Amino acid sequence: MNRQDEKTSNTPHIIVSDLTMAYGDFVIQRDLNFTINRNDVFIVMGGSGCGKTTLLRHLIGLKRPVKGKVFYEDISFWEVDSGERSRIMRKSGILYQGGALWSSMTLAENVALPLDEYTDLSRGDIKEIVSLKLAMVGLAGYEEFYPAELSGGMQKRAGLARAMALDPEILFFDEPSAGLDPISAKRLDDLILELRDSLGTTVVVVTHELPSIFAIGNNSIFLDTETRTIIGQGEPHMLLAQTDALRVKEFLTRGETASAGSRAG
Amino acid sequence: MQAQSKIDFSHFSADTLQVVISGTWKIGGKLPAPGEVFRRLTSDPRIKNIIINGSGLQGWDTTFLTFISTINKECQSRNIGLEMRELPRGVERLLHLASAASEQTEARQQRVRKPFLYMVGDSAVHFGTSTVEMLSFIGGVALTFLKFLQGKASFRRIDLLLLIEECGAQSLPIITLISVLVGLILAFVGAVQLKLFGAQIYVANLVAIAMAREMGALMTGIIMAGRTGAAFAAQLGTMQVNEEIDALTTLGISPMEFLVLPRLLALVLMVPLLCLYADFLGILGGAIVGVGMLDITLVQYLAQTQESLDLTNISLGIFKGTIFAIIVAMSGCMRGLQSGRSASAVGEAATSAVVTAIVGIIVTDGIVAVLCDVLQI
Ligand SMILES: Nc1ncnc2c1ncn2[C@@H]1O[C@H](COP(=O)(O)OP(=O)(O)O)[C@@H](O)[C@H]1O
Ligand SMILES: [Mg+2]
Repeated sequence: MNRQDEKTSNTPHIIVSDLTMAYGDFVIQRDLNFTINRNDVFIVMGGSGCGKTTLLRHLIGLKRPVKGKVFYEDISFWEVDSGERSRIMRKSGILYQGGALWSSMTLAENVALPLDEYTDLSRGDIKEIVSLKLAMVGLAGYEEFYPAELSGGMQKRAGLARAMALDPEILFFDEPSAGLDPISAKRLDDLILELRDSLGTTVVVVTHELPSIFAIGNNSIFLDTETRTIIGQGEPHMLLAQTDALRVKEFLTRGETASAGSRAG
Repeated sequence: MQAQSKIDFSHFSADTLQVVISGTWKIGGKLPAPGEVFRRLTSDPRIKNIIINGSGLQGWDTTFLTFISTINKECQSRNIGLEMRELPRGVERLLHLASAASEQTEARQQRVRKPFLYMVGDSAVHFGTSTVEMLSFIGGVALTFLKFLQGKASFRRIDLLLLIEECGAQSLPIITLISVLVGLILAFVGAVQLKLFGAQIYVANLVAIAMAREMGALMTGIIMAGRTGAAFAAQLGTMQVNEEIDALTTLGISPMEFLVLPRLLALVLMVPLLCLYADFLGILGGAIVGVGMLDITLVQYLAQTQESLDLTNISLGIFKGTIFAIIVAMSGCMRGLQSGRSASAVGEAATSAVVTAIVGIIVTDGIVAVLCDVLQI
């Protein structure tokens, strides 16, 4: 609560400037510029293979940019030493595309590890927190299960519980609702909004679920595969209403505009 | 009975070839090749248009689409017009879908053959970078070990215990089998020669010294490379594939401390013990031959063994075993952490872990042998 009062929205949390990403010589996206404000639910969208996960890896310290900078508040993320980077990352939680639960540990141990590592809580307290976090994602009672014993969607949700373990200032989600049934996906959206509202978390979501995009996003960027850069940004409804880019329109309407056009023509 | 699929050609006009398709075009059937059409085009350069007529088509699947799209591509490259008539609607719709998303030309990775000199240079550079990687990994492990000695390394004690069980107790059966057999073999080889001089009793010396100095450590090292080194590489490689290692890194937990250190410790703690065990069982194997075939009594054999062995021999073996343990753990973990993100990359990581470990073990063993000779140990 306090956090929210101290730093109201519209103060930048992450600023990306002139970022170019490449694997070897193969440029994925170039000249990306955008700002993620505190308290945003920031959507990164685009067709599959356009580089959304790659962008996320640049934001969380796993891949160094070929060119350009990433700022966390006023710290240039890739120009400080790795100790400082991991200090910044400690304030963030990440839900990976495949869940990325540690397969040799039970769900409870997975969620407990960050708490063990960075807090002085007693075993009992940690156990309470773990149960609460698992319950928040709808996995109460699964504490002693191993990741391999769960379905893909459940692993995803457990990954979310782990990402939330330390009540991070910023949460990154890589396709959180892929593999979830519509009800769970809706619950996840509600949870994301609730985290933002009550804990003041900044949320960055990579997704192509249109209902989610419109329901939770208050800012967004669209990564285009063909031109390899951002061709649309803004609040999703506004973006749809105002954009001139055909591919953004197509994306946000599931291709309805395009096929309507081609049918007419 | 399915109708025979075939192509008939007729000239619609002087510059237009009509291709009439008939029969059933399904996978597994005997189908005409698109080459037939191309031959027509080559033999008659006046043709500027092709009409494909599918009125006789009775059944089709995507093999038919492949046929059409091959012709389509060829026509485009030869600047020949293509028209389709009376094709089933589904065919047209699927072809339309296939051409809807434009091909990402840049994304097609270029797999052209490189010139020889290029490849030589490439592998030289690759060798350079991989040596640097190896050295920095060794440095990283050393720093992590220092941190451990200061009590600051973070890993789960339970992981260490499980790993100790996995590479200690669970290796006993295979170590038992191999060591007894190696002891037997050494005794056989020795017995044949020593019998010539009537010096059978020295089989005990031979087996004891060979096992303690060389074979115990060497065989244990190689078994651990194949058993545990490969397992380490596969475990860490799979964790790489599942982004589990990324998840550790972004949480600020060093994979070196959390994953590599317990594996290293487990092997360094267990392999010397396994070495001793292997020595003992090798001697037992020698005794079986000695007692069973050479008419030496067990007491005689053991007394002779005791006389021939001293602490230097045994501790040399254990020292080497410890080094081998470090080599196996490091190469397994290094290859695992370097693994790519696919099933085949994990397989390669496991293979190359074993190869690296065995090469390391043999080379080290050679170096130690030379050093022992120089130092007269
Ligand atoms: N390790 C890698 N090496 C080379 N190319 C990669 C690698 N990982 C991803 N790519 C390429 O980068 C592009 C973007 O991938 P990614 O960011 O995973 O896409 P998505 O938007 O679906 O998350 C893809 O074209 C993919 O081929
Ligand atoms: Mg992705």
